[in-house]
Amino acid sequence: MDVLDMEQAGRVYGSGRLRVVALDNVSLRVGAGEFVAVMGPSGSGKSTLLRLAGGLDRPTSGRVRLAGRDLSALGEAGLAEARRREVGFVFQEANLLPSLTAAENVALALEFDGVRPRAARAGARGLLDSLGLLAVAGRFPGQLSGGEQQQVAIARAVAGGRSLLLADEPTGALDALTGETVMDLLRQRCATGCAVVLATHNVRHAAWADRVVFLSDGRLAGATGPPPGPEYLLETGQPG
Amino acid sequence: MSVRHSLLALLSGGAMHGYGLKTEFEAATGEVWPLNVGQVYTTLGRLERDGLVTAETEDEGQKVYEITAAGRDELRQWFETPVPREVIPRQELAIKLVFALRSGLADVTAVVQQQRLATMRALQDITRLKAAAEASGDLAGLLMLDGLVFQAEAEARWLDMCEARLARGNTAAGVAPRHPEMPPRPAAERSG
Repeated sequence: MDVLDMEQAGRVYGSGRLRVVALDNVSLRVGAGEFVAVMGPSGSGKSTLLRLAGGLDRPTSGRVRLAGRDLSALGEAGLAEARRREVGFVFQEANLLPSLTAAENVALALEFDGVRPRAARAGARGLLDSLGLLAVAGRFPGQLSGGEQQQVAIARAVAGGRSLLLADEPTGALDALTGETVMDLLRQRCATGCAVVLATHNVRHAAWADRVVFLSDGRLAGATGPPPGPEYLLETGQPG
Repeated sequence: MSVRHSLLALLSGGAMHGYGLKTEFEAATGEVWPLNVGQVYTTLGRLERDGLVTAETEDEGQKVYEITAAGRDELRQWFETPVPREVIPRQELAIKLVFALRSGLADVTAVVQQQRLATMRALQDITRLKAAAEASGDLAGLLMLDGLVFQAEAEARWLDMCEARLARGNTAAGVAPRHPEMPPRPAAERSG
């Protein structure tokens, strides 16, 4: 089953002379463990696609299914619930809470999921450890580099085993090599079965994805693919 | 690429046979640039002629090559001199775009988009090779592959720019638009 299944999804804002077609009839399926990058110029619909995929917004036409559930059929509460359970978001700014350590930031996300504090703390450390971030677990965001903050933000976004990770320009403020460590982390998450959709302007980072789709004026304007088989992971010596 | 200096660099580590030089060169560069064995022997012949290597024939008739002092000087100079950048490299892609625009025989936007997909695929392939190099701790391979990545990135970004200019109806380099009677498309109609 696909984690994300967008079927001829469209999003129109406003009406009459102010009518803006942000996304036009876009179909996109992303399977478990697949890493898809979305590219296109500013205003091409990347962020709208991410908002629809993550249930932050509803399509005005077409359908969006998340882990098999039709988001259009859900009410606000159901949508918020699906979002909380299935989707993690990462943005350009890490937005970690400055008064909490890296581990506490991750633990807080687990507590929001209903995990008890003691188990949440243990879970957070386990997750940071699995991502090679245990060394920064006890540090506050102000003591972390930009790249480390973003890595912790990714850990927070995937805490609780969410099935879809949506990343909107997560490497925007990072230098080339640090940006690669963030891409490496995203790909590690894919290896555990999480689906990742990355919106970016950075072709070097998009190239880390299994598949790259291009948007232009809200429409699909091409894609690399099909996604390679599991032998790809073996060939590249995927860590984890 | 300088096959000549690559061979000198390999020989600076010790004497080698021609075929060994070919395989060592390919392994050192992540097998991205296959080297014709004929090219290796032609180059070795020139290096011998110029006094940069000496060749000695073994009992089995195979030649062993060794670097000379002049060869080491040549190699040192190569490392100390920056690689000249062609002022205007003749690029098939740029020429294709120029004539796609001028001839009116092709949909230039489609040419650009098709090329960008091909460039992106190449970039994905190089990135996979990088992951392999990273996993095996091959630093020299990583440096070389990074170079290929940035070259491909430059092309992809240039193509983005081409597409944006074409979409705006802005004709680059003073070339007349194909359909001057067509009004430009409204540009700022969409927002993401």
